[in-house]
Amino acid sequence: MKYVDEFRDGELARGLAARIAAEVQPGRRYHFMEFCGGHTHAISRYGVAELLPAAVRMIHGPGCPVCVLPVGRIDQAIALALEHGVTLATYGDVMRVPASARGIDGKPPAAGAPALSLLRAKARGADVRMVYSAADALELARRRPQQQVVFLAIGFETTTPPTALVIRQAAAEGIANFSVLCNHVLTPSAITHILESAEVRQYGTVPIDGFVGPAHVSIVIGSGPYEHFAEEYRKPVVIAGFEPLDVMQAVLMLVRQVNDGRAEVENEFSRAVTRDGNLAAQQVVAEVFELRPSFEWRGLGEVPYSALQIRPAYAGFDAERRFGLEYRSVPDHKACECGAILRGVKRPSDCKLFGTVCTPESPMGSCMVSSEGACAAHYSYGRFRDGEAGDAGGRAERKAGVGAGCQRPFE
Amino acid sequence: MTASRRYVRPLDLKTGRVDMNHGAGGRAGAQLIDELFARALDNSFLRQGDDGARLPALPAGHRLVVATDGHVISPLFFPGGDIGSLAVHGTVNDVAMMGATPLYLTAAFILEEGFALAELKRIVESMARAAREAGVAVVAGDTKVVEQGKGDGVFIATTGVGALPEGRSIGGARARPGDAVLLSGSIGEHGVAVLSKRESLEFETAIESDSAALHGLVAALLAAVPEGAVRVLRDPTRGGLATTLNEIAAQSGVGVVLQEASIPVRPQVEAACELLGLDPLYVANEGKLVAVVGPAAADQVLAAMRGHPLGRDAARIGEVIADDHHFVQMATRFGGRRMVDWLSGEQLPRIC
Repeated sequence: MKYVDEFRDGELARGLAARIAAEVQPGRRYHFMEFCGGHTHAISRYGVAELLPAAVRMIHGPGCPVCVLPVGRIDQAIALALEHGVTLATYGDVMRVPASARGIDGKPPAAGAPALSLLRAKARGADVRMVYSAADALELARRRPQQQVVFLAIGFETTTPPTALVIRQAAAEGIANFSVLCNHVLTPSAITHILESAEVRQYGTVPIDGFVGPAHVSIVIGSGPYEHFAEEYRKPVVIAGFEPLDVMQAVLMLVRQVNDGRAEVENEFSRAVTRDGNLAAQQVVAEVFELRPSFEWRGLGEVPYSALQIRPAYAGFDAERRFGLEYRSVPDHKACECGAILRGVKRPSDCKLFGTVCTPESPMGSCMVSSEGACAAHYSYGRFRDGEAGDAGGRAERKAGVGAGCQRPFE
Repeated sequence: MTASRRYVRPLDLKTGRVDMNHGAGGRAGAQLIDELFARALDNSFLRQGDDGARLPALPAGHRLVVATDGHVISPLFFPGGDIGSLAVHGTVNDVAMMGATPLYLTAAFILEEGFALAELKRIVESMARAAREAGVAVVAGDTKVVEQGKGDGVFIATTGVGALPEGRSIGGARARPGDAVLLSGSIGEHGVAVLSKRESLEFETAIESDSAALHGLVAALLAAVPEGAVRVLRDPTRGGLATTLNEIAAQSGVGVVLQEASIPVRPQVEAACELLGLDPLYVANEGKLVAVVGPAAADQVLAAMRGHPLGRDAARIGEVIADDHHFVQMATRFGGRRMVDWLSGEQLPRIC
């Protein structure tokens, strides 16, 4: 495939791998967090981790939009579909996110009843549709003017502009049966939150020497917003595309920054990302959305000013207002380590539930849902290495407290 | 002047629709069978006109193999086929993967009230054509009608029987470490062709479904090597190549190592999958087979496959290894390794 295969070339990958191996300094360890689920996916699907020297550890960040969606938010969507009888449209991955258990016909759920998800709500009669784009959700509303259609909008800055556009479009067309349950979240706030966390700042249990910066998010917001992290927290950031060679190149650039003692924002993804980003997209987002004072993230908890809500001017299209929804926070399963995994404190195989009761077929935590989630990626692509000889080294290292608690890549 | 009492207005195959009468067991149903099904699928067994078909004995030294299949595909018509041809190919292939020669099919049609008779005619005629080409007769059938909203146009359930030579044993549990894994051609075409016609997803593609009857290919590859050299034959349909290999690994209690670079995928399929966030390894095929073959016979089987029109692009894609976890792993083109796990749920698109 033209313009894609070039970024998956095995020959070039081996060359880059040799350069990285040559440039890592003996005795030094490099811990890089790839923020985005897109990078997590690329690393596991193409086997990138195997090409990196042992001294380089990749930590999977919280940038998987499905994974950071808290139970309470899915509960809201399920209530809309089951109690308010709306047609609920959303992206495919969201369908399987586990939510609270729920009784039938208003009765409380039986003890030990399985968690509901949008997919299971659908089996109970809810009208839940998978769409490929926000525009498809609006089209559903156009075609059935008598039926309330709610688009469950999720995602980082990449998926926000399309949601803004359909809200504006619905307003222009005066479509009265369309609204949006907005869960759009902001990348820079999440990165700040991680850098400010006790594990990183105080205890140092999550050593982070640099970030592989988001690809598609950065196309929208530009490379500018990351300059703060480089300056304030002295962390190098290399924005990288989602192809495996992009990731390898970014790791090389990060290694060089660490070696040189630099902390700069560099742009590996210059074929798509500029310093200012996509101004037209930013403008439509600013017109439709405003900052939400606080938003609960799965794994990170309440994070101030980390998400968007619909501006009063478009209040008619805000499903929370239209249906008078209240938010109720719901704790994760007690043994679920998604939170610690999302913060980089633990790795998937540290979780007792991993691969036993929590599998992609019946996920307990959200990290097991999307292939961009750390657990699902490790389960689907990497778990065959858990028992291999190379793994023993990793375990020994953790026991010895070197990089203790660090979530390991898919070695 | 008296009107002919025997005159019956013929079935309106242009604008008519299936109604509840067609399933009520009365004249309308009999007419539908006579004028559409029996006419298109005609053979001496159907002509017996009884509740069942009396079939000849199997050739000496053969055992009976039976396979059954339900078809609920949406959309009913797709580039390269339709539910009628698919029903024949799917069942013929299931019988063929046992190493048996497919002989007869039966078909049950569940029709939805309101379904256009013109479309039904297309489907039945396509089924008849596919059966004729495959050299198998549809020897018994049934039709039922369900109320509007309780079906999706038409569902077809088919059963196939075939003759298996005594002493031949091909099955999913017979793969052994060291065996070669062969694939008869490029993957993902059926799934992509069907997806391209799904409502809300429609996109332009030149890709057609690979739907085909594979018993000819199976006969050719089995004839090339001594009995026993071919351990497993399986068609990677729903769930794709990845699922089929995981089934074989689990059944045989072995692992599989694949070489990504040797798995044929057409560029158009790769591009469509890239766009939709799908992995071709998990996309359905209807005209491909996986053969697990003893190492000594691998080259001969591969050559025999390549010599058949349905196996021109056949490739050796991997090897069976000993592995207590029964994992399927793959050396990526990029130079790393990954697991190729069971498909979990439906293959849902990733969102960003």
